Amino acid sequence: MRARTGSLPSAVVQSARKPLRTMPPAAWLTVLGVTAAALIAAFLLVGLEGNLAYVLPRRLNRIGAMVLVAVAVGVSTVLFQTVTGNRILTPSIMGLDALYLLIQTVLVFVLGAGTLLTLGAPLRFGIEVSLLVGFSWLLYRWLFLGSGRSLHLLLLVGIVFGVFFRGASSLLQRLMDPSEFIILQDLFFASFNRVDPLLLLISAVAVVGLCVPAWRLRHRLDVLALGRETAVGLGVDYRRTVTLVLVICSVLVAVSTALVGPSTFFGLLVSALAYQLCTQFRHAVVLPVAVLLGVIALVGGQLVLEQVLAFDTALSIVIEFTGGIVFLVLLLKGRIR
Amino acid sequence: MITIDHATKRYGTTTVVDAVSCTIPRGGVTSIIGPNGAGKSTLLSMMSRLLPLDAGSVVVDGLDVSATAGPVLARTLAILRQENQLTVRLSVRDLVGFGRFPHNNGRPTVVDREHIDRALAYLDLTDLAHRFVDELSGGQRQRAFIAMVLAQDTDYVLLDEPLNNLDMKHSVDMMRLLRRLADDLGKTVVLVIHDINFASCYSDTILAMREGALLRQGTPEEIMTPAVLHEVYDVEIQVEQIRGNRIGVYFA
Repeated sequence: MRARTGSLPSAVVQSARKPLRTMPPAAWLTVLGVTAAALIAAFLLVGLEGNLAYVLPRRLNRIGAMVLVAVAVGVSTVLFQTVTGNRILTPSIMGLDALYLLIQTVLVFVLGAGTLLTLGAPLRFGIEVSLLVGFSWLLYRWLFLGSGRSLHLLLLVGIVFGVFFRGASSLLQRLMDPSEFIILQDLFFASFNRVDPLLLLISAVAVVGLCVPAWRLRHRLDVLALGRETAVGLGVDYRRTVTLVLVICSVLVAVSTALVGPSTFFGLLVSALAYQLCTQFRHAVVLPVAVLLGVIALVGGQLVLEQVLAFDTALSIVIEFTGGIVFLVLLLKGRIR
Repeated sequence: MITIDHATKRYGTTTVVDAVSCTIPRGGVTSIIGPNGAGKSTLLSMMSRLLPLDAGSVVVDGLDVSATAGPVLARTLAILRQENQLTVRLSVRDLVGFGRFPHNNGRPTVVDREHIDRALAYLDLTDLAHRFVDELSGGQRQRAFIAMVLAQDTDYVLLDEPLNNLDMKHSVDMMRLLRRLADDLGKTVVLVIHDINFASCYSDTILAMREGALLRQGTPEEIMTPAVLHEVYDVEIQVEQIRGNRIGVYFA
């Protein structure tokens, strides 16, 4: 029989008061939640006239796409950054969305657009996502499971991967039959303005289905953020958790890329803002804050561009521009470790 | 009791730890000494399943470290590594709270609160509990990590070079603390240490390693002799008896 060791002597019980530099997380969540809801309502209702049966479903469709993209990008970026132990690499910077585009291109190239379209959206999406999960596991495993690699090396590798995937895609697209190319282009340059309702439904199912395990991982992710060795010492099954996170990230990236195409810096923008705002490390707070910020940025941005400035499709440019600046600031300030 | 049986670690063709077998008794302080590259830290990492074994086995209190579920082992054995940089910004109290993770899976209870308070008080960190870890001095930060390990409430505590970057006063404080953990709380403390004199004065057992092999295991009296130390370090070391402690003098 093993005897337990003695316990520590008793101590004065402390209050769980914490130093608060900004508003408490719950307040931030409320403020952001209300803002996001107000923006969604405004987007749906401002300037609503004419045939409601025509306008409203279209607006709902666009809102749905934006919310799904915000969830997919916010969750995948925060998870990815926790597991890779830094605040600057995102799935897009590591070329994951370029890989998804390459897989789509190769499928069209090998099978032909006609075959692919007859498969139907659910099956096609399923095949693409499984391929993405498989290949990303092969390619990015070392990034997750290795320890102590230089961030600059990772960044460089990510950029090289991205350029390679994009280069390979564009080579194949040039070799392709022009009519097939047009179908392919239609597949991956969907914008918020014209999202196939069926694709939206599949994406919604995938995103909701993945947010459940991501949310259940939140405490384990808090521990993982302390680094691999501390996490293993505290009993986290590192390999299993990291594999799960990589699968979740791959599918979420596939969803957001399928809905609106690649966006390099949007995830970085959202996660950097989320960490800055709530000075919190707990995923129970950071994940919803990142998602809400994403919704606010997309819906609010679209609203301002359309209703105030009367532009049409420049939102992605504005977001990429802002995100790119945040990326540079983070790099220059050396906030990354 | 920790039973190490032919533990082996290879990197490519280099064998870093070569079929080490030994038994570390329950209770007391055990120090692992040896020159750089002797495989001390690697052995400790394998004992705490941070590194997988290439061959052999390590059994802690009947639990095979390669086969036991993470949380079960984490309630028996705690490990503190030498570099502890954090990418996240968190308070001392939050850090110590993580020590309770193997017990509560991230959902703290009243019992966990008590454990955290006791660990903070034991390391004299109560007043610093709300400070951010990255605002602490090296010695304070080291104490905060030890408090996390204590909150984990394990019978076995493994530490990799806990005196690294500590000045003399903090080194002495740290070794006294480890002694108290063994004497007052009955924990089994195993540490990798470079300073043979700290090992001599504060340990019950010393393991001396060289080139991946375990050369000697014994009490400080058995290990702290010019002959054994020469065998381990390849340096002439005089050993003097000062107030009942054996001190190695290697400066001349």
